Amino acid sequence: MSRRELKVAVMLLGLLVSPLVSSAESGADLYKTYCWQCHGMLANGMGMNIPDMSVQPRDHTDAREMSARSDKELFEAIKDGGQAINKSVLMPPWGGVLSDDEIQSLVRYLRELCKCG
Amino acid sequence: MMIWHKPFAVAAGLMAVLFSAMVVADAGDKILESDCVECHDLKGAGPSSLAGLWALKGPNLSYAGNKYKQVWLEQWLVAPTRIRPAGMFYGNHIKPGVEQDVVDEDSLVKHQALSADEAKVVAIALMQRKAKSELIQPGAYKPGTISISMGEMIFDKFRGCLGCHQIEPGYGGISGPEVYSVGDRLQEDYIISFIQNPQAWSPLTFMPRRPLKDKDLQKLVHYFRALSKEGSQ
Repeated sequence: MSRRELKVAVMLLGLLVSPLVSSAESGADLYKTYCWQCHGMLANGMGMNIPDMSVQPRDHTDAREMSARSDKELFEAIKDGGQAINKSVLMPPWGGVLSDDEIQSLVRYLRELCKCG
Repeated sequence: MMIWHKPFAVAAGLMAVLFSAMVVADAGDKILESDCVECHDLKGAGPSSLAGLWALKGPNLSYAGNKYKQVWLEQWLVAPTRIRPAGMFYGNHIKPGVEQDVVDEDSLVKHQALSADEAKVVAIALMQRKAKSELIQPGAYKPGTISISMGEMIFDKFRGCLGCHQIEPGYGGISGPEVYSVGDRLQEDYIISFIQNPQAWSPLTFMPRRPLKDKDLQKLVHYFRALSKEGSQ
């Protein structure tokens, strides 16, 4: 393959891949959009919605609490909601809104927040 | 001769009514295109990225005719009140507070008020915008009643909706729109469709999609109607 052909091939690959890259939202952006409302912009469980809640949302910066949860449990809690893991109904199921890949991104981001990954 | 004049008169009358309705809707459209388009999407399907979601300043009005009740629109446009306590995308309007994140009131923009005449023509024009009609099942809502206490039990304890929505001013979550005026504000068949699939109407919205049985959906709408009735008494 000549140098020119290689260049064209790389450009074509870039064109193919770029829409995928640009459409993938980061864990941090997903967290801001869907989780801040209850878990708070500082991820400390002190979101705007909590004053009339019967159960305090999880503090995602609490390394001890978060270490007690496996990635699989976090994934299930996000995808199927609190009730699916015998927790509060206030944690909704996000499986109808987020893809499995997006939920995985969120789990990875949770590990960054708690520094317990 | 008179017998021939009558059909002509009726036809002319109908044409006049039709023409005046078109003129009124056109007047409303002109206001929408000049004053409302900066904050409201009048034609598009909705955002395709989170950045697009965060940039929204007001609800998508391309399907206003499937969503709102005309009487409510006309009244609200004259004296707008805040429906979303933390604005369109709450993330743009909050800051860390002492006990929890709080709304940064200074960041919120008041909705412009229209004159009664403007509100009338704009409401008529909005009712003609019916994008996404395929999502509506006419007659999906079957009118019925529920006690406020039972409705609240479903809304709060069983489904957790109170977490994000206020059921009276100052009580409930604030990231979503208040629901105490929903019964007056929204068409019942739209509510059913929206709760079943919020993202189909409002792509990427932070309203979760909970699987609910039709029986529960019906009860929730009964509850919204009861709340509005209670609020207007």
